Amino acid sequence: MSFRTPLGRARGLGSAKRGTGHWLAQRVTAVALIPLSLWFVISVMIYLRADYGTVLNWMHSPVVAVLLVLLVATLYYHAYLGLQTVIEDYVHDEWLKVSTLVLLKFICILLAAAGIFAVLRVAFGG
Amino acid sequence: MASDNRPLSPHLGIYRWQISMTMSILHRLTGIWLSLGSLALIYWLIAAASGPDIYAVAQTLLGSWIGQVLMWTWAFSLFYHLCNGIRHLFWDAGRGFEIRTFYITGYSVWIISCALTVVAILFAYTHGSHP
Repeated sequence: MSFRTPLGRARGLGSAKRGTGHWLAQRVTAVALIPLSLWFVISVMIYLRADYGTVLNWMHSPVVAVLLVLLVATLYYHAYLGLQTVIEDYVHDEWLKVSTLVLLKFICILLAAAGIFAVLRVAFGG
Repeated sequence: MASDNRPLSPHLGIYRWQISMTMSILHRLTGIWLSLGSLALIYWLIAAASGPDIYAVAQTLLGSWIGQVLMWTWAFSLFYHLCNGIRHLFWDAGRGFEIRTFYITGYSVWIISCALTVVAILFAYTHGSHP
């Protein structure tokens, strides 16, 4: 048993050097998502019920393909950062927390990769 | 841990309810809900890449009444998270903390996100291309 306080144990170890990284990444992705998500919502309203050929034509455009790739990548980066904060706030068991975070990271990367692959497949006319 | 018996600072339970509490937790809830909604986006993209038959199934599913209801909850969540997120960015820049401004921006987020949702619904049902 240690009689030292948590502060006493932590003091002198120095900072982890990446305290602001998470915070900043969350803000930068948020700023990027403002135009991306607005563009996406308007596009969905226009194309969601259009026929297959029209949607495919839309996704064939280089501008649309690039924006969709950026949207998916930024969205999952931002979603991971946000959900990570929620898990860190509410899951207190260390093992459960770490395994949930790793699982979440795997799921986010898998979904982002699948989404980007789908966009590229359409864009390159596969 | 040695710190277990230390007095705690006043916690949530003793505070009178304020709109900021609802807005704060709703920012989180809409974020979580949008993360789930991203599954529909990925499903839609994969369906588009998988040919007309699979896309038709996706369109039927997303166009069903439950699909439409989900879509509008995601639309509201996105507008709310977007508006309140911009409010957060202003706080990060050190602005908007005066109590009067705080309430004005708070209620504005509610009004704007509700209005944008209604506009989106009206637009989708009147101007969206129909199959």
